[in-house]
Parts: sequence; C-alpha cells; structure tokens
Amino acid sequence: MESVIAQNTNTSLKEKTNKVLGVNLQDAKLSKSYLSVAFIALLIGATLGLLQGLNRAGLLELPAWLNYYQVLTAHGLLLVVVFSATFTIGYFYAGMSHTLGGLLPKVRTMAWIGFWLKIIGVVLVVIPILMNEASVMYTFYPPMAAHPVFYFGLVLVVLGVWMACFGGFIQVANWRKNHKGQHLPIFSFFATGVFILLVGGTAFVAVEVIFMIIPWSLGWVDTINVMVARTLFWAFGHTAVNIWYLTAVSAWYVIVPKIIGGNRWSDVLTRVVVIALVIMNITGGFHHQIVDPGISLSVKYMHVFMSLAIGFPSLMTAYALFAVFEKTARKKGGKGLIGWFKTLPWGDVRFLAPFIAMAAFIPAGAGGIAQTTNQLNQVVHNSLWVVGHFHLTLGMSVAMTFFGISYWLVPHLSKRVLTKGMNQFGVVTTIIWTIGMITMSGAMHTVGLFGSPRRTSYSTYFDNATALSWDPYLIFLAIGGTMLMVAAIMQVYSVFNLMFFAPKGETEFPIAEEEKGASKTPYWTERWGVWVVLMIIVVAMAYVIPLTDFIVNAPPGSPPFKTW
Amino acid sequence: MHRSEKVWLTLSFGMIMAFMIFAGYQTFALEMGPPSHGERIDPQKVDETAPFNEPGVKQIGENEYEVVMTLQIFSFTPSDIEIPAGSTVHFTLTSKDVVHGFQVAETNINAMVMPGYVQKITQKFDKAGEYLVLCNEYCGAGHQLMGTTITVK
Repeated sequence: MESVIAQNTNTSLKEKTNKVLGVNLQDAKLSKSYLSVAFIALLIGATLGLLQGLNRAGLLELPAWLNYYQVLTAHGLLLVVVFSATFTIGYFYAGMSHTLGGLLPKVRTMAWIGFWLKIIGVVLVVIPILMNEASVMYTFYPPMAAHPVFYFGLVLVVLGVWMACFGGFIQVANWRKNHKGQHLPIFSFFATGVFILLVGGTAFVAVEVIFMIIPWSLGWVDTINVMVARTLFWAFGHTAVNIWYLTAVSAWYVIVPKIIGGNRWSDVLTRVVVIALVIMNITGGFHHQIVDPGISLSVKYMHVFMSLAIGFPSLMTAYALFAVFEKTARKKGGKGLIGWFKTLPWGDVRFLAPFIAMAAFIPAGAGGIAQTTNQLNQVVHNSLWVVGHFHLTLGMSVAMTFFGISYWLVPHLSKRVLTKGMNQFGVVTTIIWTIGMITMSGAMHTVGLFGSPRRTSYSTYFDNATALSWDPYLIFLAIGGTMLMVAAIMQVYSVFNLMFFAPKGETEFPIAEEEKGASKTPYWTERWGVWVVLMIIVVAMAYVIPLTDFIVNAPPGSPPFKTW
Repeated sequence: MHRSEKVWLTLSFGMIMAFMIFAGYQTFALEMGPPSHGERIDPQKVDETAPFNEPGVKQIGENEYEVVMTLQIFSFTPSDIEIPAGSTVHFTLTSKDVVHGFQVAETNINAMVMPGYVQKITQKFDKAGEYLVLCNEYCGAGHQLMGTTITVK
C-alpha cells in the first residue's frame, strides 16, 4: 500500500515537473529521431513519385539502372511504410511522454531498439531494390520472388514496429497500475488503439513472410500457396493504411479543437470510435480480393459488410468534427447558417492543414465505400482510380494532418517556436500540396474510370486508340507530381528549420479539454482485453473460412519467378 | 446526443445498408457477382491440362463463344481475338506463371488471374469496335507491354 502511494506521488510529481519544465529531453530526442527519419523518407519518396509522374505522362524515360518498377517499389515502401510508421510512432511516443508523465527508461530503450531495427530493416529492403533484385512492389505477391535480403529487411522493420508497440503497452499498463479506476488520457487511448492494430495487422504479414516466403525464397521449399500469401498480405496491407488514418483521426479529435480554442467532442463517443475502428479494421483488407478467383460469392458478400462497417465510425467522426467547429466558431461570435465558418483560424497552418485533410476525407471516404461494394469495385479494380483514391486518403487526409502536427510538435520537442514567417510558409506549402494532390488525384480517378491501369509504366499498347486517349489526363500526373515535389521540399525544410534553427522558446503540446459539465465517461471503455477479444472474433469470422478453404483445397503450389 | 446527430447517424446507417442491399441484389438476384470461379489447376502443368491444352476461341452456340485463354509474361494466348457483334463471350482464364489481371477497357471485365486457379468471366459485346485488353496487375519488366485486342465486327 505504501509503495503504491509512493509511486503515485512519484508519478504525479513527474507529471508536474513535466508541465513546468516542458518536454522530457530524452523522450524528445527519441521522437525527433523518428520524425527526422519520417521526413527524410518523405523527401526521397516524393522525389521517386515525381519520377513516376513524369514517366507516366510520357515525358521522361527512366534509365535501365533505375527503372519505373524499382522506383515504384521504393516509393510505395518509403511512404506507406517508413514515412507513416516512423511519424506515427514518433508522434504517439511524444504524446505518451506528455500525457503519461514521461516514458519509463525501459520503454525508451525499447523504442530505441525498435528505431534501429527499423533503420537496418529499411536499408536491407532498399539495397536489393536498388540492385533491381526486388522490383516486387509494396505488395510483393508470390510467386514473384525478390532477393531473400528484401524479406529479411521487412522482418526487421516489423520487429522494430513491435518493439515500439510493446513499449507503448508497458507504458500504458504502468500508468493504469498507478492510476486505478482512472480513464487513460484520451491521447494515449488513441495510442493504445493504434499499437494494438499495428501488432494485429503486422502479425499477418509476419506469418506470410517468415513462414511462407522466406523458406521458399531460400529454396528450402519448392512451392508456395499464392492465395494464402495474398490473403495474409491484405489482412496487413489495408490495416496499415487504416492505422495511419486512425493516427490522423487522433489529431482531429484531440489536437485540432485546442488549436481553434474549443473543447473536445464527447469523450465517450470519441472512445467508442477508437474501439470500433480497432475491432473492425483488419477485416477491411479483404475488399482488395473482390475479383479474385477461389472465393465464393457469399464470402465476398459478407466482406462487403465487414468493409462498409468501418465507414460508420468515420461518419460519426465527420459529424463530431464539424459540430466542434461550429460550436467553437459560434462561441467566438460566428453567425449564420454557414457564416460561422469564417470565424475559424484559416491563417493558422496548424488548423488549415488538418482541416483540408479532413475535408479531403469526404470524397476519399465516399470513394472507399464505392470500392468496397462488389460490382463497383469490379469497375475500378487495379485501375488508376485506386491510386487516386489512396493519394486522397493517405496523401491528403493522413499526410496533411501529419504536416499540420509537425508545425507544433517539432518546436515543442525542440524547445523552439513557430514564427509568423514559418506559419506563412506552412500555409503556402499546404496550398501547393493541396492543389497538386487534387490535380493528380482528380486525373487518376478520371482516367482510371476509363480503364488506365495502375502500376504500369508509360505505354500506348502498340498505339492503341483507347490507350492514346488517356494521355491528356496523364499529363496532369506530371503537373500535380511537380507541385507535390515543391511542397514536399518546403515541408521538409520547415521540419528541419523548426527542429534546429527556429527561435528558442516554449511550444505547448495542444490537448483539448472536455467541455465543462460533460457527463462522466463510463469505465467500460477501458476494457481493452474485451476489445482485443472482439477484434480476434471478427477477424476469425472473416478469415477462417477462406483461409481454411485455400489451405485444405489448395492447388499445387507455385515455384518462385523473377520476371523483371 | 443531439437530434441532428441522431438524424445523421441514422442516415449513415441507412446508406451503408442501402449499399449492402444493392450489392446483394445485384450479386444474387441479377447474377452480377464479381468473378469468383473456384476451380483449381496445377500451375506448372497448364499446357497439359484441359481446356488449356487447346487455348483459343470456340463457338458454343448461336452468338455465344468461349475463349480459353492462358496469361503468361507478357502475353495473352490467344491474342487479337475477333468476334461478331452481339455475341456473349465466356472467358476461361488461368496464369502460367505469376499473378496477372485481365481487364478489357470500356467494359466491366476485370478479374484477377492467379496461378493455380481457373477464373471465369462473361461479357456481351454489343457495340462493334476494337477493345483494348490489358494486364492490370504488375507482372514484371514487360508488364506495360502485356496487351492485345478484341475486335467486335
């Protein structure tokens, strides 16, 4: 009993010092390292993206030593895996340090080990890509087989992510032990959800890579079950992007209301959204397999529901955020049916960037709902429409929220401030990025509907009239891509300026408070054990039937192919 | 919870249900389900396995054709297909190597073709013209050249 009290005072003392002295320097160094890697990955990834845009528009022929498919593989992995994962971990670790009274030394060590595992992993992944031994894309579908080192690298990246996740669990468990009966601070509640999903989602790809692909690519087994591999991949592949989305959502609920001078949305509904996304997320990946052979129509139909269900918490979110905006704006004197909109702080990049990110999720989410519906999916599957879709979701909703976060998180961690000038620079960056992404993604959606395929270097298909008719749209990929490159350079400049050169000072970690007199959140929201069990049940409902069928009724397997 | 939120969430739920109902109606009542054929095949013995030992276009009825096709890097066998306008064409597809995609631009033909599986998809070609057939799943260095045509006369 005594020791518990001692621990309690100890932590609350730490919390107080944290508030007085600001950020814990050791924790800040950790987060800054993660964020640095994230934005370096963004710069390289954007450069590769520009090369693809120029090639696809027919303006640039890539050299044999750096062909389109090498560039595309690296672009996808750097942005979908490295940029997003390192940003997410850096951001949540900063927030856990801030809201849970500093990281435990053990947890900090785990996060550092995770950091280096990921760095080594990424290097091992990139080397075979550069040597043209791994042009297999972000999805690396067997029976295409990359150099085994590529897969070893992926395993290290996943192990690195797990170190960070389990560090997060230890941190949260420790806080809960010392704060019995209290609700986990909302920011760390989001962090917990994200880390659970990261472990849950990457578990599938770990099984695929470690138990299926590596033994096969080393020649220990002759053949591989392609459908099992593909299904395991998508249980991970789509969960990953939904995790980055959930990370952005955390900022929309927790950070943005504070920046505009308002209060958070209902605490219980916020937590319900997190719980719902954790439980239902993993099964959403199946909609990538809607036009696959070997899966019955009834299983595919069940999965329409599983995928669409994720739309519901997102629609709850849409309402919540606009309600917060309206309430805050009216409190500040905003009037009229929509006139209150003008009261919002449009000139503040910390609001503008995440706001555009949210607005982008309206068409992006609608496109997602279309894609998950069987027949509509068949129209756009593997066309450039899909690429347009995930550049709206990831390239706008997620990336712009991350950019918006960087304008206060980086100065907070570096004990510096965001100057008026840098804010203006950020606003311009945001506008260029927005126009660039709308141009590119709009063209991709349109030309995708006409049938132009994704993941294909520039081709007229032997001067086919249909293919030639796509060219005017593809030019916009180059135009949008160029603008995105400019904005990416500006964004990365901002991050490092704020990290090393901006004027010294204190920047707050903006966490919005609940409204005064808000009803108390019931304690059942904290029952993570139950949510994880429900998640596993939903995953089992979704995957046991098709996976069992693929294993029990498997055709003879496939040997490895290197077709590039 | 505000009334407006209740209305919004009811509409949201209603929309999701409407998508479910339409998708279900199209799949099960109108037989417009996505290509989902379940047959297996040995991917290393495609050339020896019927019907892929004789790929080609076969007339199987009045205005009805079957196209037995293999996909391999970076081509379709048979290629440059010709059929009369108004015919219904049943495609029977498999891959001899990696994962391919079978797409015919300006139609709703879009199916994954996996090694080890036979995929089927049917389309009625009413309008005369030249249709572009392409592989829409990255399959290797020559993926962008994997295309052919269906000419409807």
